[in-house]
Amino acid sequence: MFLQKKISVFLALFTATLFGQQEKMVPIKEGSFVPLYGATNKKPVKVASFEIDVFPVTNAQYLAFLKKYPEYSRSKMKGIFADKSYLSHWQSDFDYGTNNLSNAPVTNVSWFAAKKYCECQGKRLPAMDEWEYVAMADEKRIDARTKEAFNKYIMSWYEKPKTYANPIGQTFKNYWGVYDMHGLVWEWTADFNSIFLSGESRKDKDTDKNLFCGSGSVNATDLMNYAAFMRYAFRGSLKARYTTRNLGFRCAKDKVALVKTFQNLR
Amino acid sequence: MKSKIECQKIKKGILSLFFLGIFALAVTLQSCNQKVKAAEKDKAISDLSIYNLPSKWTNQNGQNIEMKDMKGKVLVMVMIYTSCKAACPRLVADMRNIEKRLPENIKDKVKMVLVSIDPETDTPKRLKAFAIENKMNSNQWVFLRSTEENTREFAAVLAVNYKKVSPMDFSHSNIISVFNADGELTYQQEGLGVNSDPTIAKIKEEAQKIN
Repeated sequence: MFLQKKISVFLALFTATLFGQQEKMVPIKEGSFVPLYGATNKKPVKVASFEIDVFPVTNAQYLAFLKKYPEYSRSKMKGIFADKSYLSHWQSDFDYGTNNLSNAPVTNVSWFAAKKYCECQGKRLPAMDEWEYVAMADEKRIDARTKEAFNKYIMSWYEKPKTYANPIGQTFKNYWGVYDMHGLVWEWTADFNSIFLSGESRKDKDTDKNLFCGSGSVNATDLMNYAAFMRYAFRGSLKARYTTRNLGFRCAKDKVALVKTFQNLR
Repeated sequence: MKSKIECQKIKKGILSLFFLGIFALAVTLQSCNQKVKAAEKDKAISDLSIYNLPSKWTNQNGQNIEMKDMKGKVLVMVMIYTSCKAACPRLVADMRNIEKRLPENIKDKVKMVLVSIDPETDTPKRLKAFAIENKMNSNQWVFLRSTEENTREFAAVLAVNYKKVSPMDFSHSNIISVFNADGELTYQQEGLGVNSDPTIAKIKEEAQKIN
């Protein structure tokens, strides 16, 4: 219908102008998977449709954000929101210097900073389940976790030093059209603080067994999931104000309900 | 061929959707700006103060409050959920024991705060009932809930981890935190049924600094 088209074009334009230089996003279709950690009784977790940034947020993009919101610049950042190494590899408050590429992922950012960045773009951080769901895809498959080559690729990255200095978009493009889920930097997730590794609560005794090889028999799935285990263990060790050189982020967004409603209207 | 009426309907639908969209965008953008403003306003509070958090909360009496409304008191905080059967009753008991052992002359300088990690279930009404049931109904006690996002953020500040493991159950860290009058974290007691002596000593110390 003509009118419908016209309005949707207008809407798209309107959104685009509102958010200006927004990062490219791709839609992720809903689905379910059994994450290494988090599901009770190893039941599949459902992931609703959403959108995710194609690339991690870069130094240049983060700088643009800081110019708009200077209270998040290095010298103004409040201690409760980021530790002392926040953006410590940058030259100064509003200069990432010559040692850092403009299109390298921004790192040394805290969870608070990453969260704020996404909010100010009208987005949010991806949930851990969403991130893992996207990250299990290789070039061709939605779930490549059982593929040996895929796991080897991830493991070999874990051993490679200083990949954080590389530009974005140099690793493989996965099934969804998303780059750099593996091979560049670790990434913050919205609910990183939902992991238990220390046996401090009543429920995690059982789940710990899934994580620590020593506490249960090691089977093939455990070995395949070793890469994922590294990620969960890393997240479990983080606090929201921590910043490290190899930890960046990308944003996500709920799927706009408009599309569905349009279909219903028809 | 679509009838004219149907077309009208669609037009209306689209228009209202469009305004809804604008509204949603405006809300998102505004919430971002609001937070920025709130952070700017209070230059007096220190860098490490929880009063930098602009989040809004509702207490057991249904009143809306911000964390900084409690500024000037020593806060003893814990995160729980009321439908919890295992760890929380013990955490709650720990809180009650701490409160009981505080000297009368500092009680008006201390607030005992319980924050729900299950805002969906823990309505103000439910929090109130829980307070009465657990004999935590005096002015000393504050029960709070907010949105899921604010709760996640607050947990991040307290370094409390939690996860919904089933519709009715959460895993969560058992941490009791003490904040001074400026909202800075000064002590954390970890675990269940641990000796609360150091926690109480810290509360007394911080309360005596007031005035």
